[in-house]
Amino acid sequence: MTRHLVALSAGLSQPSSTRLLADRLLAATSATLDERGVAHTTEVVELRDLARDVTDMLLTGFAPPRLADVLEKVRTADGLVAVTPIFSGSYSGLFKSFMDVVDPDALRGVPVLLGATAGTPRHSLALEHALRPLFSYLRADVVGTAVFAATDDWGANGSTYDSAGRLQSRIDRAGSELATKVEHYAGAAEDDPFGDVVPFAEQLGR
Amino acid sequence: MMQFGIFTVGDVTTDPTTGRTPTEHERIKATVAIAKKAEEVGLDVFATGEHHNPPFAAPANPTVLLAHLAAQTERIILSTSTTLITTNDPVRIAEDYAYLQHLADGRMDLMMGRGNTGPVYPWFGKDIRQGVELAVENYALLHELWRKDVVDWSGRFRTPLQGFTSVPRPLDGVPPFVWHGSIRTPEIAEQAAYYGDGFFHNNIFWPISHTKQMVQLYRRRFEHYGHGKAHQAIVGLGGQVFMRKSSQDAKREFRPYFDNAPVYGHGPSMEDFSEQTPLTIGSPQEVIDRYAAMRDHVGDYQRQLFLIDHAGLPLKTVLEQLDLLGEEVVPVLRREMAIGRPADVPDAPTHASRVAAAGGGHDSTVYADADDVTGASPATDAR
Repeated sequence: MTRHLVALSAGLSQPSSTRLLADRLLAATSATLDERGVAHTTEVVELRDLARDVTDMLLTGFAPPRLADVLEKVRTADGLVAVTPIFSGSYSGLFKSFMDVVDPDALRGVPVLLGATAGTPRHSLALEHALRPLFSYLRADVVGTAVFAATDDWGANGSTYDSAGRLQSRIDRAGSELATKVEHYAGAAEDDPFGDVVPFAEQLGR
Repeated sequence: MMQFGIFTVGDVTTDPTTGRTPTEHERIKATVAIAKKAEEVGLDVFATGEHHNPPFAAPANPTVLLAHLAAQTERIILSTSTTLITTNDPVRIAEDYAYLQHLADGRMDLMMGRGNTGPVYPWFGKDIRQGVELAVENYALLHELWRKDVVDWSGRFRTPLQGFTSVPRPLDGVPPFVWHGSIRTPEIAEQAAYYGDGFFHNNIFWPISHTKQMVQLYRRRFEHYGHGKAHQAIVGLGGQVFMRKSSQDAKREFRPYFDNAPVYGHGPSMEDFSEQTPLTIGSPQEVIDRYAAMRDHVGDYQRQLFLIDHAGLPLKTVLEQLDLLGEEVVPVLRREMAIGRPADVPDAPTHASRVAAAGGGHDSTVYADADDVTGASPATDAR
């Protein structure tokens, strides 16, 4: 069975370091799955491209076609990488607005790897006090390692003794953790609200 | 055959092109003028919403407006869009709508809705989280009150009834036809199917693909409960249009109303929303083309209602819309919808057709044995 990995990047600039981190996390996960011979696909979604659609859905209640496609990919993903810039001490508004239009049951039990970027390492715990509780609410299966990358972490030298090297080792560890969960994930349940209707006698309580 | 008409929510909205907001009095009188015009141009149905909060000047009890209209019209069917089955006492719905049925000589029906305005529920001592349960239990009682002369009842949501008779009894012994309206709650489609009642989808705010799924569920379950084949279930759709002779004029004139409209204003563009939902802004021919195709999605259906009077549109404009509907759109849609319609698809329900289906009407007055005011009663005389 081919596994489908989706990465969400809420970076606003192009190119963005948020997108870079999302790509790295996805690549690390993919590499581990390759080593283990697990067939899989990967896809990165830039939430910036969906900014208007997300706002429209907040107002109208239904997803425009392109957003509907992405939401279906998220719902059926076997693993999700979610990366946001930290703004004002928490996930960005675009990231949260997108999560607000994801069906509350869509990520139940789905393996998720969290990442965040910011200008300063002083925001690093936003992963633990903002992102992790959000995904706990959604009952996602979040891996233990969450990866934070400050501007400092994107240094040029790849040695394991500088911060860029340490970032890559965190990325590799997190990717490996996500790969392990993805390998054992049973897949999303079928979702058809029009399929199994509660018989009326049951609704009447008779 | 099919019925065509209009439905209103009675919103009091500022006209974005003039900055002027009508008074409640103006809006209420405009609603009456709109309903009378709908009959004049040959439409079959006028339906009013029920509201309990600004910015609406729709009746809190639609029977007040509909009784007034019954006295001023001859032919048009008076209905609701919707009657709140959650926060109203089903006993009062039974009484008030049966009384309306007599006043209107059967020229009425009604549509049940739950209401999605959160604050309304607690005003009436109810909890929105129990919306579906309220709709299920309250309608079960309403259904019984119109069919049994003497009702004993106990449920979760209202005081028990012992030996209760809802008066007046339905005209000709035939209860008003009921539609159940819901945008996205499968339980309500199931409820409509269970009773063999009509199912109405407002078909305004969501893509037709969604409406289709709701209608298909209703049709499938209608057949399951033995009321007929799936294609014989009683389906109604809403819709939303704005027309001018030329498509460009229609778009130019309606855009400020769209952009500032309650619900979807300040969100999607008019073009995106028109593409993604049944909203159609253009020439009468464009409206005909779009709505003639609705049955390709939901099957042959019985009732089509249009929303044409919201978002601050002035009365004069609304009346012009009615002229276009009555003169150019509905006559063509009637013809088009009749083409290829299987003979075993039921016509839209009317009081007359329901009386005929019941094997004829009979007076169902319940006389009291005697009372303290007049002493003896006709029931005593009859014995």
